[in-house]
This record gives sequence, C-alpha cells and structure tokens, in this order.
Amino acid sequence: MKGTARPGEKEPREKRQGVARRVPQYLALAAYIVFLAFPLVWLLSTALKTPQEMALADPTWIPRDPTLSNFSDAFGEQDLVGAAGRSLVVALASAVITVLVALPASYAMARYRSLLNRIALGWVLVSQVFPFILIIIPLFMILRDLELVNTLPGLVAVHVTFTLPFALWMLQGYVRAVPPELEEAASVDGATRFRSIVSVVAPLLAPGVVATLLFSFISSWNEFLFALVVLQDPDVMTLPLTLVRFTGPEGVARLGPLAAASLMATIPSLIFFAIIQRRLKSGLMAGAVKG
Amino acid sequence: MTATATRPSPPSPRRGTRRRRRAGARRTREMWLLMLPALVPVALFSVGPLLYGIGLAFTDARNTRNHETSFVGLQNLTDLLSDGDFWSSFRIGMIWAFSVTALQFAAALGLALLLNQDLRFRGVARVLAVVPWAMPPVVIGLMWRLVYHPDAGILNSVLGTHVNWLADFSLALPAIIVVGVWTGMPQTTVVLLAGLQGVPKELYEAVEVDGASPWRRFWHITLPQLRPVIVAITSLDFVWNINQFGLVYVLTQGGPGGQTRLPMLFAYEEAFRYRFAGYASMLGVAMAIVVLAVLGLYLWRQMRETR
Repeated sequence: MKGTARPGEKEPREKRQGVARRVPQYLALAAYIVFLAFPLVWLLSTALKTPQEMALADPTWIPRDPTLSNFSDAFGEQDLVGAAGRSLVVALASAVITVLVALPASYAMARYRSLLNRIALGWVLVSQVFPFILIIIPLFMILRDLELVNTLPGLVAVHVTFTLPFALWMLQGYVRAVPPELEEAASVDGATRFRSIVSVVAPLLAPGVVATLLFSFISSWNEFLFALVVLQDPDVMTLPLTLVRFTGPEGVARLGPLAAASLMATIPSLIFFAIIQRRLKSGLMAGAVKG
Repeated sequence: MTATATRPSPPSPRRGTRRRRRAGARRTREMWLLMLPALVPVALFSVGPLLYGIGLAFTDARNTRNHETSFVGLQNLTDLLSDGDFWSSFRIGMIWAFSVTALQFAAALGLALLLNQDLRFRGVARVLAVVPWAMPPVVIGLMWRLVYHPDAGILNSVLGTHVNWLADFSLALPAIIVVGVWTGMPQTTVVLLAGLQGVPKELYEAVEVDGASPWRRFWHITLPQLRPVIVAITSLDFVWNINQFGLVYVLTQGGPGGQTRLPMLFAYEEAFRYRFAGYASMLGVAMAIVVLAVLGLYLWRQMRETR
C-alpha cells in the first residue's frame, strides 16, 4: 500500500476501505496469536504453581501463589540433572563431529561438480521419504553387534549420521558463497591449495560453521526417537527420554516440576532460533524449498 | 538447482587432453578423499541399514539374539494385508496425515498472508510463529498433555467440561490433530511467507491499475506464483506427518484402545515390544510405497496442470 502514489481525491475512500479490511485482519491475527500462545502460557503458568495449588479443582491462568520452587525441585531430581548432562555431552559431541566430517565433504560438493553431488542431494530427499522404522530396526541390530546399544557413543554415531545430510547441504551453500577467485588469487600468490583453503576459505566460512554447529547441536538435543531405541537403560537416558519417564502415571503433584524442566529443556533451542531467526525468513528456508 | 549444479564446464579442445585428464583424475581422487569421512557414517548407519531393512521385510527376522532367520518371501505382506490392526492403524494414519497437512497448510497460508501485511503486532505473531518450531517435540507433547489434562488442564477449565481428552475414544484423534497442526504450522508459515515475499511487486501494481479486488489478486496472482512453494511444502509436510512418531508417542502412546496408533507407532510396537523385526520392516516398506504413490500422484497432477 505504501509507496504507491495516488491522486489526492481518492484517498478518503481508500482509507475507509482500509479500515473495513483491517478489522477482520486484526481479529484473525489475534486468533492466531491466542492459538499459538495459549499452550505456552499454560506451560509457564503450571511451572509457577505450588503443588497445593495443582491439587485444587478449577485451575486458573494466573498462579495464586507464584513460586520458583518447581525449578529448584527439578534441579533436585538426580535423574533430570544427570540426563541433562548426558544430553549436553551427546549434543556437543554430535555437533562437533558433524561439522568436522561435513566441512571437507561440503567443500568437495561445492567445488567439484560431479555425479556424487547429485547422489548426495538425492539421498537427502530419499532419507526424508523412507519411514524411520526401515532404518531403525537394522540400525539397532548393527549397534547391538558393535556393542553400542545403551552407550552414548552409539547415540552420537546415529545423530551424526542423521544430521549430516542437512548439515552438508547447509555448509555447501556457504562454501558456494565464497568466490573461487579468492582461492585462485591466493594460489597465484604462491599459497598451496591446502593453505589457501585454510587461510582464505575457512575464515569466510566461520558464520556457516557456527550456524551448522548450532543446528546439529539442537537436532541432537531435541532428538527423541533414536534415543528411545538406542538407550533403553534409564541410567544412560538423555533428557527427552527422562522427561517422558518423569511423567509416569498421571500424578498431579509432579506436573509443576515437569513443566519447569520442560521449559528449561527448551532454552537451548530458543537461543538458537533467536540467533538465526533473521536468516530463517530469507536465505535458509527459501533455499530449502528450492533444494 | 540441478540445472546449474551439473552444467559441464565448456570444453577447451586446444589444451593438451592428456594433462587435463591427469588433472581430472587427481581432482576426482581429491574429491573422494574429502567426501570419505562423510560417506562412511552415512553408508554404515543410513544407506546400509535401509537396504538391510528392505531385505528384512522378506524374512521372519526376530529382534532377538539367537534367532535363525530364514527367507519367507511375501509371507509378511500377506500377513500384513489380512491384519485388522494394521488396517485400522493405516486408516488412522491416513486421517491424521491428510487432515494435519491440509489444516496446517490452510492455517499457515492465512497467517503468512497476514504477516505479509503491514499490521501492528505483526512482530509478536512472527516470534510466536517460530516458537513451536524451536521446541523439542517431547516438550510440545508434554505441554499439550498439561493443556488437555482432565483435572489440572486449562481446556476443561475454560470450556467448563470434564473431558479426559486424550483418553476419549472419539476425541483423542481430533485432539492430537490439533497438536499436529500447532506443531507443524510455523515451519509451513515461514516457508510460505518467504514465497510470498518473492512474488514480484510489479505483478500487483499491474492489476491494481485494472482495479482488481483483493480476492481476485489473491486468486490470479498470489496463488499461481506460490504454486511451486505450496507443492514443495505440502509434499514435505505430508511425508513428515505420515512418518510422525515422537509427538504422538508422548501424547497418547497410541491409546486409547489404539485410536491414535499411527502406522509408525504400530511398527515400533511390532519391532520393539513384540520383536517381529521382519514384519515391522514389511510395514515400513508398505508405508514407503504408499507415501511414494501419494506423492507421485500429487506431483504428477500438479505438473500436468501447470503445463
């Protein structure tokens, strides 16, 4: 609407139409905001309620006696703290290994155009279509033969494998954005190929590497299904598994700490999305659709 | 993407072909060397298991040690097709996947159109629209269990009802469909919004001169321009929805009485509770075929209509 110049006399009519159109638009927007926000508000509200209030009938939106004790209770649960620690280890290891493995491969994908490229892209698509069950049963058997069931390295291996396709695809976009002329210029100056990659390409890739690290970390931190299959012993479970176990039979008393723990489990992803939110709208997702 | 990525470099016939060939061989070696660290885990833990899994579908493999596995041909398939539990799970899966995908798309398109307008509070909605995407699926499931909780849940309190939503035979499936829409809508919205922002402004300016109504503008410009994006995201959504597991596992574990037992939950139970690895693999193969058929039909129709 802005920016298009109109003859002055038309203005009042346009404006009235605008208002008539705006009201339903704002109503619709409000409806969306309510739909999206209310479960979140409820989670927060539950996290701030005392166990006594949880037991009352007719729950209210705003806690009568807001407390942070649920958060400290959650920290007091040995299971939850241990699980969060294990999740952190698994997610960090997965993220670092994924990037280390993906970096050279993404360079190859971006710089050498070949059949392998298309195969790799094809695999990204195929791996989306095939039901996980086809992969997870044999995967479980393989891990069992390798003695990796119920171990964190086993889960890391699986997470690396399943984050790799998207990480590769993300990174090679960043490599592509570095003009090959820069490398050529460096090699004209006498730098070896390896040196030119390390000193010219790598610094320019830093934002891409950070984004990929974050993405891999979050994928692993949030992942549930593979963890469910690989880790069956409660002593090695990651946070999502322990949260689900924590609910147990529908006891009302533990809902408060559960809500608090759930909120805390979301913090890493929220930080990640806050960082990349600007990119989401433009580059990343626009590319994702085309890919 | 493929068109630009695979275009061969223009041939230069003058240069010495032998030197080029040797350089080419070196480049190929380099490329393989660089790819190797990524190829090994993908081959070992992803491609390999997939092929192995397809193979298992034709055996009577059990998910236990010390079981003599033998080839049984299509026995698993005939068992599957005569299994009433499978068919009810399949029916539930189809209702779930189609309705969640359709509702997600409709809701996301509406929100994307609103966010593309110059409205106040747009920023709030924008941030909110990303939050469900950022949440771990398990937390989403637990959060909605709190919302639906028969005693401590807000829904009963607001509606003044006493319904155990997730344990009710007729309400459980609609209840989880709402959660599915809530979970998947944000991603679809972001993608559609990116698509909307890519529609050339000149197109709108041209019809504005003709005095076209907003509805006509939407129908004749926005929708056709968005078509490739819509086809891509609805296809992806469908695949993701039909393969959904974690969210529903956390919400209902497939209950009550199997009313929300999606095909993947059914397969998981067969494989890891009853340990029928071969049978569950065949279920996976069957679902893959169904998904490919639905997608193929959809994409084929879309292509034919655009021509």
